[in-house]
Amino acid sequence: MPNPQNQTPMIALRGVTKRFPMTLANDHIDLDIFGSEIHALLGENGAGKSTLMKILFGFYRADAGEIQLNGKSITIRSPRDAHEYRIGMVFQDLNLIPAFSVAENIALFLPDLKAVLKPQEIDERINEVSKQYGLEVNPRALVSQLSIGEQQKVEILKLLLSNARLLILDEPTRVLAPHEVEALFGVLDNLRKDGYAIVLITHKLKEVLECADRITVLRGGRVAGSLLRAEATEEKLVALMFEKELSGLKIAEPKRDEMSTPVLELRGVETYVEGAGMSLKGINLQIRPGEIVGVAGVSGNGQKELCDVVLGMELCVRGEKYLFGKNLTNRPVGAMRKNGVSFIPENPLAMASVPFMTVLENMALTQTWRYARNGGFAMDWGVVKADIQQTAKRLEFPVNFYTIAKSLSGGNLQRMVILREMTHDPRLIVASYLTRGLDVQSALAARQALIQAREGGAGVLLVSEDLEELFTLSDRLLVLYGGRIVGEFKPPETDIYQVGHLMTGSKVEHVANG
Amino acid sequence: MSLLSILGVLSSAIFSGTSLLYTTLGEVIGQRSGIVNLGLEGVLLVSASSGFAVTVITGNPFLGLLAAALIGGLTNMILGYLVIHRKANQLASGLALMFFGFGLSALIGKPYVGARINGLPRIPLPGTSGLPQLYTSLFSFDILIHLSIPTAILVWWILFRTRWGLGLRAVGENADTAFASGRDPRLIRYQALFLSGLLAGLGAAHLSIAYTMNWTEYMTAGRGFIAVALVIFSRWHPMRAIVGALVFSGAVAFQLLLQSSGVQVSPFLLDTIPYVLTILVLIAWGGNRRQSAPASLGCVYHGTE
Ligand SMILES: Nc1ncnc2c1ncn2[C@@H]1O[C@H](COP(=O)(O)OP(=O)(O)OP(=O)(O)O)[C@@H](O)[C@H]1O
Ligand SMILES: [Mg+2]
Repeated sequence: MPNPQNQTPMIALRGVTKRFPMTLANDHIDLDIFGSEIHALLGENGAGKSTLMKILFGFYRADAGEIQLNGKSITIRSPRDAHEYRIGMVFQDLNLIPAFSVAENIALFLPDLKAVLKPQEIDERINEVSKQYGLEVNPRALVSQLSIGEQQKVEILKLLLSNARLLILDEPTRVLAPHEVEALFGVLDNLRKDGYAIVLITHKLKEVLECADRITVLRGGRVAGSLLRAEATEEKLVALMFEKELSGLKIAEPKRDEMSTPVLELRGVETYVEGAGMSLKGINLQIRPGEIVGVAGVSGNGQKELCDVVLGMELCVRGEKYLFGKNLTNRPVGAMRKNGVSFIPENPLAMASVPFMTVLENMALTQTWRYARNGGFAMDWGVVKADIQQTAKRLEFPVNFYTIAKSLSGGNLQRMVILREMTHDPRLIVASYLTRGLDVQSALAARQALIQAREGGAGVLLVSEDLEELFTLSDRLLVLYGGRIVGEFKPPETDIYQVGHLMTGSKVEHVANG
Repeated sequence: MSLLSILGVLSSAIFSGTSLLYTTLGEVIGQRSGIVNLGLEGVLLVSASSGFAVTVITGNPFLGLLAAALIGGLTNMILGYLVIHRKANQLASGLALMFFGFGLSALIGKPYVGARINGLPRIPLPGTSGLPQLYTSLFSFDILIHLSIPTAILVWWILFRTRWGLGLRAVGENADTAFASGRDPRLIRYQALFLSGLLAGLGAAHLSIAYTMNWTEYMTAGRGFIAVALVIFSRWHPMRAIVGALVFSGAVAFQLLLQSSGVQVSPFLLDTIPYVLTILVLIAWGGNRRQSAPASLGCVYHGTE
């Protein structure tokens, strides 16, 4: 590692302060970012990481403070200025335009885009870079048809093509499969060698210790500490991030009756998706009360469709769906909700919240029939609050009922959705990427909540790309590939490698024959 | 029904549809940037009256055309100031603009009611010179008609094949993303509204300087609103706007023909034909994911903190 002590940093932040109407998001932050380094930014949900980086990118304007580029003070008033100074950023809540193609989304950010577009040329450039870095996408595909993992890849491509020297990546790994994370770190490592500066925001401590050169921890809008990798350990980082110590996950074995009626049963379910989506083919699945069934797979292999079909947002063209033995095939979402089905979707901003409503209103949204009074002409907000507060206490999540959902930090939004979906003792929980964007402590609480629900006899369908999470939580593990279930295991009978191989399709033949 | 009467319907559809087409093309651009202009009716009236006035004063219809276009662009700037800078509600601002246009156009046009002008010169379609006089006169079009389809293609090209068009569509989908890409969503919306007003001005000019060649109060008779409907009909696509404008004005011409040929159906019922037809076409085409409204159509862009 070069010795940055004698170097001027590429970017230096001095006393950066940002106040939002309800929060002091950044409080006199000093930060040095060096060329040829990966700088990890850590901190619990709402610590102010995204805000700080959006200030550097010109998306927000700081109330006070200074930004220096190679020792010279600069002003960044808008992303346009940031592009000038060759600063690029991938936002946490991805910012692609769904109605545009991949190529159009990337073209929008190309610094040398010609006044007249040459679609052919743009496609070629995308293909070239996507091959070079192993981020394969189809430039002509519409973004609305991509899974969130693929969208993340497009965002990274967009950044790589934007000619930036400082790359800011806000939680890029939270939706990627293990091998994709590894590939991404390979890319980042190469960029580091080429002299780029990289800021990586993440909640995964292992990743940080694996690839970062320098680590800064934020807490409550201030810098809690800055370490070189050599000095850092997991314990030290956790101690900097949180006030209290982390407890371990408490797993109690649930009582389970193998013969009881399954909470959910899918028999030969098939869906049909137009275009680039993934249709499900011949899905047979049973979830017993008190059972967590994990679904492993690279995103885009039918996970979204599986969840949608269970919830009733996607039609089965063939096959049947039973809830507690009742045939509820192709019944509307409302019917599923009333039967105690909870849903934590893969993209909470787009699929589980109304951005301009308050948190409280969002909390009541899925259960309006429960809170309606006077035949629907009034809502009992007090009860909504009481219900949510009870769950919040159990999970130790903070809630602020009167903020607008859109202004929540990524992790706080996820916490809001989890709170809502864990209230009212759900009997079936469909959870996609449960801990996405959560800090270590909240992730633990969310997993604990799932385990509690299992003890209470609920069934859980848990979709994730985090194999470690799946192995600890699942009673049974399915692997989804190309819209089919290509493997089914009890976690002790298998290992991460076998599942990883199945996920990428490298052993599909073998399983199909055997 | 004779061949002549069918050709008559076609010709009159083209004449009355041209102003609709230009206006619709302009509104496609405006809506692609995220702004609905319910004040189009007013914009058309102000442009039509001032274009007519300039033609009377100068005796030159081309100067009138230029004036109408510029005035259209400028009138749209009023809407721009309200909805972009003052962050006012688009629908309310549009309606206010419409009433403003009613009044202003009546004021501008008052001295010129009944004035005679030399309209835009007519140029016969190439290849029709051998036909009898009756037919050639049906297909003798002014320059705006000749340029209408090229203009639609040009608008398509601007929206889908230029950097500016890409930025404009991005603003209409997600202004924050457009901002993050280094663009100024407010500036782009002003530009889009100005261009949109220019095209509406051309449409208005066709109405008063080329087609009817006079000015009467409220002569647009709802064309501004029909254009807004046609934008939805064409699903924000300039090429489909051609079909929309033709189908609609064709239906109008057809029902006028029916009425004049003495069919025993209530004229009020016949009046509804164009609208019923529009609804039927909308039902037949349906909507799909690929072509739906720009995602932030009608939303105020608040900027970032
Ligand atoms: N646009 C906004 N308006 C109002 N408050 C905001 C806005 N953006 C962020 N905040 C608040 O500022 C604080 C810091 O948010 P920020 O998004 O920077 O957190 P974060 O560290 O990125 O958290 P996470 O790990 O959950 O993404 C939070 O309390 C958040 O609610
Ligand atoms: Mg964040």
